[in-house]
Amino acid sequence: MTRFLLVLVLALAPLLAFAKDAVPTEQDPVAAKRAVGLAEQLRCLVCQNQSIAESNAELAVDLRRQINEQIAAGKSDGEIVDFMVQRYGEFVLYRPPFKATTVLLWLGPALLLLAGLWTLRRALRQRQRAIEDRPLSDDERARAGRLLGGEPPQ
Amino acid sequence: MSRFAIPLAVFVVILAFLFVGLGLNPREVPSPLIGKPAPAFQLAQLHTPDRPFTEKDMLGQVWLLNVWASWCISCRDEHPLLVELAKANTVPLVGLNYKDKPGEAKAWLKQFGDPYQLSITDLNGRVGIDYGVYGVPETFLIDRAGVIRYKHIGPITPDALQTKILPLVKALQKS
Repeated sequence: MTRFLLVLVLALAPLLAFAKDAVPTEQDPVAAKRAVGLAEQLRCLVCQNQSIAESNAELAVDLRRQINEQIAAGKSDGEIVDFMVQRYGEFVLYRPPFKATTVLLWLGPALLLLAGLWTLRRALRQRQRAIEDRPLSDDERARAGRLLGGEPPQ
Repeated sequence: MSRFAIPLAVFVVILAFLFVGLGLNPREVPSPLIGKPAPAFQLAQLHTPDRPFTEKDMLGQVWLLNVWASWCISCRDEHPLLVELAKANTVPLVGLNYKDKPGEAKAWLKQFGDPYQLSITDLNGRVGIDYGVYGVPETFLIDRAGVIRYKHIGPITPDALQTKILPLVKALQKS
C-alpha cells in the first residue's frame, strides 16, 4: 500500500512543475486567468506560430509581464489588446477583426465550400444527363437479354 | 480538353499565389507605427548614464534609431555598414541598446567601432515594446517632426541602404 502511494505521489509530482509554469506571478486567480486568456489571443512575433502564452521567447516573457502589470493597473482586456495592436499591428491578433482587408480571410472558406458544392451539383447533373441520353443499342439489348436468361427486353 | 480547362485554371492561379508567397518574408511584419509620432521615451545614455536622452532632443533633424545589442549576432552583420554610414556623415545615428548589459555593450562598441552619435540603454526592453521591436536589429527612420517614416527589420543590407533608406533620408532632409 505504501508502495502504491509512493508511486502515485511520484507520478503526480510533475504536475507541480506544470502548475508553477502556467500560473503567472499574480496571486489573484481571477487576474491570472485573465492574463493567460489574453496571452493566448496574442501571437508571439519571434516564433510566429505560438501565442505569447506558449512561447518562451524573451519578448513573450516581457509581453506577459506587460499584461500582468496592466491588469494590476486596472486596464480592461480591450485596452490591453489595443496596446499590443498599436505597437505590433493586427498581426498579433490570432482572431483578426472583420474589415475590408480581411473579408477574403473570413469568408474565403465559405466561398470555397459554395464553389465546391456548385461544382459537385454540376458534375452530378451532367452525369445523370449522360446516363439518360444514352439508350441501349440493339446489340446491347440482345446481350442484356441473354445475360438475364430471358427474352430480349423491348 | 475543355473538361480540364477549369481545373487547370484553378491550379495555375493557386500556383501563382504560392509562388508569390515564397518570395514574401513572413518575419517582416509591417509596423503600425509608420506615419505616427515616435513613441516618447527618456533613457540614460550608455556612455554618460547620468545624462538622459529623449526622442525630443532630435526634433528638427532627420535621424536613424538603430536597435542593437551585444548579444545579437546579426547586429554584427550590419555593423560595418553602419560604421561606414557614420563616416559619410549623412544622417545622425542613435543606438538603442536593447536588453543588454552596459559593460558588454561598451566592450562590443570598442571592438567593432562606434558609429552612433550616442547610444541609449533600454535595460528592461520597455522602450523596445513601445517601438514594437521583435527582432533585433531594427532601424527606424524618423523625420524632423519626430514622425516615424520607415522601419527596417533585420540587418540593413547595402541594397536596402542605397535603394530605400538613403533616398528617403535625402527626400526628408530636403522637405
